[in-house]
Amino acid sequence: MSDLPVYPLLRTAGIDGLLVSFGDTLSEPANRAALAFRAALEREAWEGVEEISSSLVSAYLRFDPLAVRHAELEARLRGLMASRDWLQAEMPQGRRLHRIPTAYGGALGPQLAEAAQVAGMSEAEALLSLSSSRVRVTALGFAPGQPYLGELPEVWNIPRQQALTPRVPQGALVLAIRQFVIFSVTAPTGWRHVGQTAAPLFRLGAERPFLLAPGDEVEFPQVSAEAFARLQADPEGGATWETLA
Amino acid sequence: MTRELIVHRAGPAVTVQDGGRPGWIAYGLSRGGAMDRLALAEGAALLGQGESAALEMGGMGGRFEAGCDLRIALTGAPMRASIDGAPVTWHASHALPRGAVLEIGPVQSGAYGYLSVGGGLRPETVLGAVSAHLTAGLGRAVEAGDRIPVGADNGGAVARRLVVEDRFSGGELRVVESLQTRLFPEAQRLRLGTTRFTRDARANRMGVKVVPEGDAFGVEGGLSVVSEIITPGDIQVTGDGAPFVLLAECQTTGGYPRLATVIPADLPRIAQAPAGAELRFRFVTMDEALAAEAAHRAALAALPRRVEALVRHPRDVPELLGYKLVSGFSNGEHHDH
Repeated sequence: MSDLPVYPLLRTAGIDGLLVSFGDTLSEPANRAALAFRAALEREAWEGVEEISSSLVSAYLRFDPLAVRHAELEARLRGLMASRDWLQAEMPQGRRLHRIPTAYGGALGPQLAEAAQVAGMSEAEALLSLSSSRVRVTALGFAPGQPYLGELPEVWNIPRQQALTPRVPQGALVLAIRQFVIFSVTAPTGWRHVGQTAAPLFRLGAERPFLLAPGDEVEFPQVSAEAFARLQADPEGGATWETLA
Repeated sequence: MTRELIVHRAGPAVTVQDGGRPGWIAYGLSRGGAMDRLALAEGAALLGQGESAALEMGGMGGRFEAGCDLRIALTGAPMRASIDGAPVTWHASHALPRGAVLEIGPVQSGAYGYLSVGGGLRPETVLGAVSAHLTAGLGRAVEAGDRIPVGADNGGAVARRLVVEDRFSGGELRVVESLQTRLFPEAQRLRLGTTRFTRDARANRMGVKVVPEGDAFGVEGGLSVVSEIITPGDIQVTGDGAPFVLLAECQTTGGYPRLATVIPADLPRIAQAPAGAELRFRFVTMDEALAAEAAHRAALAALPRRVEALVRHPRDVPELLGYKLVSGFSNGEHHDH
């Protein structure tokens, strides 16, 4: 651990992957840079590249290492990395703003009060803050279509709980460290369960099988438990979207 | 006649697998597919067809019936197998006439056996592939009562075999540096190459735990790194100091540091290592890894040429000329006498 890494940092991932990272911790500029760099890679459409992706702070490229030499792709990537200050990049075009109705608190969000207390506000203030925040899909992972969303206001920089909640249901809206996650499967978690959504994140047969894409923005407006019960019969779960200008 | 494979009984880890679904990691879906893709290629070579979906059987097989005349190939981890009570050879192709019952028992070595059929298994395609990805909730395990559709078979020889190198009892795995190899102290990186590991009982399609002999591995302070892309073969080190080699159904991203990455050519060997098997890791340079990849692909391409007739030694077969190699199938290479 002699030299400190310099960002953007180019590394190999296995024998067929290259990763360009814009930081060693999640930050809004690093995530924006990763999304913008990924969009630039998609525009470049280099021969031999088989998959392009992004994670929280990095853009990833998978290729056939016997068809394209590492040195050639690395040179191209370094050229693209040096072509501008990616931390100042604009967000890519064609992203969507989703509104996903959410029932907060009560049986559908059993840890809202606890989360509010840890964040130092009343339950009503917490509800207002969360239901009016707009967050970005920083990455998808853990399970198909499952988004990490950030960043919530600084007051939500609350740690994960020590013990795991054994099960939160599919569609659970959970939060910790200024981020939301919507669970696409039923799973245990250390994040606090503050609300419930009904929009399917992954739908087979749909033209776009995953509701959310990296870079999309999302709001979680509040609905009553009664309205939520009706949304559960809606194939979209009440979710709507528009293209961001 | 409906072309199908009828399942009367299936072990707990029997699924349909193909080459998986590349291209969805941005959405949190890992590639998945067969744990031992070499076994899929061997099945395809034995049946003289392109790579097709097959049954992957983890640890234990099942009882299957041909819903129509089928050609089958048995590859991967050797399992005890019989057709209508008569033992049949592993790493070989056989005729399974309509109504015949194929009984496949536990693995004799290795971890995953494969049953390929002429025409390939054809359950519903989901996002471009038929393989079950149980971690992601795609598809499900095969169960008694299932009737799995089989594609049209172009026909060809049966009673063919492949002589297969042992990859079913652990051994050496070649690794390249991962994203985070340099986060580990140099002493640990060196120790990776000199330590004997044992494949733990904890293993599934997501990955296998390997327990080092001697000191644990880990980054100082149990440092958690920002979540990054996972490549199958990544050796992830969690809190307990025992590395976990991530395989077909790994998560797409993860926040635990990774010590190194097993090269694709050696993934069948780690996937097939049974519990208790001894494993070693050896760092290779990227150039060596690419040479290994080229050799691996050449070996895959050469598989069809290595298929040979499944005959006993002439000494053991007094009436070779009267020996009926194939029945019920006609093809360009074998003729009933």
